[in-house]
Amino acid sequence: MHEWALAESVIKTAVEYAGAEKITKLKETGVVFGELQAIDKEIFIFALEELRTQFPAAKACKFRIIKQPAAFRCKACTREFTLKGLKKTKAEAEFIHFVPEMAHTFLKCPGCKSPDFEIIAGRGVSIKYMKGSR
Amino acid sequence: MKSLDPRPSVIEERLKKVKRIIAVTGWKGGIGKSVTACAMALLLAKKGYRTGLFDLDFAGASDHIILGARGLFPREEKGLEPPSLEGVKFMSVVFFSENKAVPLRGANVSDAIIELLAITQWGELDFLVLDMPPGINDAALDVIRFARKAEVLAVTTPSVIARDVLARSLALYRRLKVPILGVVENMAAGVKPKGAAAAIRRDRGLEKAIGRPSALLKTAFAADLGRALRSLGLL
Repeated sequence: MHEWALAESVIKTAVEYAGAEKITKLKETGVVFGELQAIDKEIFIFALEELRTQFPAAKACKFRIIKQPAAFRCKACTREFTLKGLKKTKAEAEFIHFVPEMAHTFLKCPGCKSPDFEIIAGRGVSIKYMKGSR
Repeated sequence: MKSLDPRPSVIEERLKKVKRIIAVTGWKGGIGKSVTACAMALLLAKKGYRTGLFDLDFAGASDHIILGARGLFPREEKGLEPPSLEGVKFMSVVFFSENKAVPLRGANVSDAIIELLAITQWGELDFLVLDMPPGINDAALDVIRFARKAEVLAVTTPSVIARDVLARSLALYRRLKVPILGVVENMAAGVKPKGAAAAIRRDRGLEKAIGRPSALLKTAFAADLGRALRSLGLL
């Protein structure tokens, strides 16, 4: 349940941001799930439901999950590529799940085999938008 | 709105029950920061303090070698609970790299540090020892940014080069208002140098104790470090 820690960060950030923006009733938060980190949606949502009690300001907030495909750009040869087709073992996928930067240890550019690539999209968890009334 | 990174919001919460954070630094490579950080964590744990050790030198992670940490992995429980070794809760990037090279650029290092700080559940600790990488880089700046109560324990050697680099690092820490606990001179000839809190003599037996915490604690290095930590009021 490492998702729990990230879910806590999402609900805490949403509540703090709403407070700073004077949003009194937080209605919806768009949460991006980057393909690379492969967050378990069910566990994440379960954690959010559990955490709601600690964050009353998010009591009525709907969390909408937006899946974002991973995209990479090689620094060595400039090739852009996706996660599809990149080889990784189950254990390596698990390590990337915990720390997405481990992609540089276990994945390589399909063109020049360099581990020196940029993760240009779909790394991990982020908040895309929030809706509410002031 | 601009996309928000939610992870920093929980870092303070994760470190809330940590009484003191000691960043073992020195800016030069090869001056004994990691052995100092590991031995310090072991000495604090042996004294009965609840102690954690976080190896932040992602490129040159070596605390697992010094501690002989094999077959360990964090436990998943509302985040990651670091495994315990000789009473020290230990976190390192090697748990996730299978001891392979971790070729990260600066922004990636920062992202990985933020990720681990956000998901690691240290629980209640008296001390969290941070083994810092050489230089003023993402790890150092992230510690200043996120571990606001961190105090610096600087390691140096009798080398003119190490001392010069150290002077620059201390000037920056002072400017950034990061508390400096003290300076220990490693690989010293024996006399405590001016400005240093303590000297740790060169210990030729240290290499043989690497990978064996109980042997490490019996070295002259650990004895000298223990004296240094007592003079700094840590032990």
